[in-house]
Amino acid sequence: MQRKITIKALTLVFLLISFVSYASEDTQKGDLKTEIKAYIQHHLEDSYDFSLTSYTNDQGEKVYWGFPLPVILWDNGLKVFSSSKFHHGKTVAEVDGNFYKVYHTKIYKTDAEGTINYDAEKHPTNAKPLDFSITKNVVVIFLVGLLMFLLFRGLASSYSKNNGIAKGAGRIFEPIILYIRDDIAIPNIGEKKYRKYMPYLLTVFFFVWFINMLGLTPLGVNVTNSISVTVALALITFLITNFTGTKDYWKHIFDPLGDTMPWYAKIPLYIILIPIEVLGIFIKPFSLLIRLYANIKAGHIVMMSLIGLMFIFKSWLGSPLSFGLAFAISLIELLVALLQAYIFTMLSALYFGFAAEEHDHHEEAHAH
Amino acid sequence: MEKLLGEFSIGLFFWQTVLFLALLLLLRKFAWKPILNAVNDREEGIKNALDSAEQAKREMENLQADNQKLLKEARAEREEMLKEAREIKNKMIDDAKNEAREEAGKLIVQAQASIQTEKKAAIAELKSQVANLSIEIAEKVVREELSNKDKQVKLVESMLGEATLN
Repeated sequence: MQRKITIKALTLVFLLISFVSYASEDTQKGDLKTEIKAYIQHHLEDSYDFSLTSYTNDQGEKVYWGFPLPVILWDNGLKVFSSSKFHHGKTVAEVDGNFYKVYHTKIYKTDAEGTINYDAEKHPTNAKPLDFSITKNVVVIFLVGLLMFLLFRGLASSYSKNNGIAKGAGRIFEPIILYIRDDIAIPNIGEKKYRKYMPYLLTVFFFVWFINMLGLTPLGVNVTNSISVTVALALITFLITNFTGTKDYWKHIFDPLGDTMPWYAKIPLYIILIPIEVLGIFIKPFSLLIRLYANIKAGHIVMMSLIGLMFIFKSWLGSPLSFGLAFAISLIELLVALLQAYIFTMLSALYFGFAAEEHDHHEEAHAH
Repeated sequence: MEKLLGEFSIGLFFWQTVLFLALLLLLRKFAWKPILNAVNDREEGIKNALDSAEQAKREMENLQADNQKLLKEARAEREEMLKEAREIKNKMIDDAKNEAREEAGKLIVQAQASIQTEKKAAIAELKSQVANLSIEIAEKVVREELSNKDKQVKLVESMLGEATLN
């Protein structure tokens, strides 16, 4: 009984304190909101140096915990320099008499003061040199590639060492490899042709999955929410699909009705049908790249917003609530990381299946 | 759309493509091919092992059936042999009995015949001995009788007397 009363009293005290603190923070809330917004925006962007975290020290300076990366520009000749010259975007870097400045994660050519001129829509009009810098995302891609290579190389060599039985860390992935083979590749592409697509399907699945998972760690990694990365992946799917396309695949696009009706009857239909089919070639990989990009980006924004909410609420009710929400969302994101990798692989396999199909589809033609 | 294009970075795209293709080629050569081959080999091995086990089982069954058949045949043969042996035995016994009976019959007939001849001989002997004995007796009696003259005379007289009577 005594204890219950104590708890009640404590709750009341906390409630009061939290209201008080809520009130006192009110003046700073505007700042905090914009700061969080900027932080989220910053997190979603690529950066020229590998900083895992940053904090503001006692002197009010931002201290970054990380290391600079090489910047590689093509601007009338190759220019290579360390990203530490930008001082996290605060200063102008001078290389061979040219001046460069980072503005919204893009490098612009400027004058010595770093002036950036804007057009009417507030877009910078400065010249942009061709930028092949090793950014944070490139480093992460490379590290994931290295990890995958070591992991699966280890798995591959464990088979020969152990008489065809997997050993070591890689064996966890054996069932997944088999799943991709038996439930993604074979049903979609067919028993006869699935073999040549397997390396791509496996690589893309594990690559997307691992990178998505890394994005959920607090390291501030986010690669699959860069449109450039998803474009590159979808482009490879697109190229493989169309370069391995059989006669039937192209016939399906340019002569979908086949011999079901005389040629003069097909002409008016084909004026509509062929553009749709041709557009379909491009829409399929485009949907791949947008889906992956948007899902991962939305996930990151929601996660970070909920985490940001904890700091905005600063109350005993709001913060745990947003913590709970953030926790729930992060669990969902774990699923999404796998699901997006699965969907990308699955749809790629489906498209390869269209490209590789080689059977008489008169029946299908009737269905059209 | 414009924002998307603004976000697009040719450098990242370039590196992603290059690194991903390199990764794809490396993994294909050093990881996926060996892994998929090993898994295929293993699955094939399991399938073969199952098949051969099935075959061995079938062979075993065949063998067992053969054994059963052989056993049955052997049993039947033994039965046959026993039956034959019994028949032979019975026949032999019958034959022996018949022969013995015949032989015995013959022996009896012979014995009877020899008994008959013996009997006849004995009777003949007995007759001759009886005749001899009676002759000897008669001789002795006659001699005794005739040693005395009176008696001889008497006998002659009696005989004469009888003869006269006749």
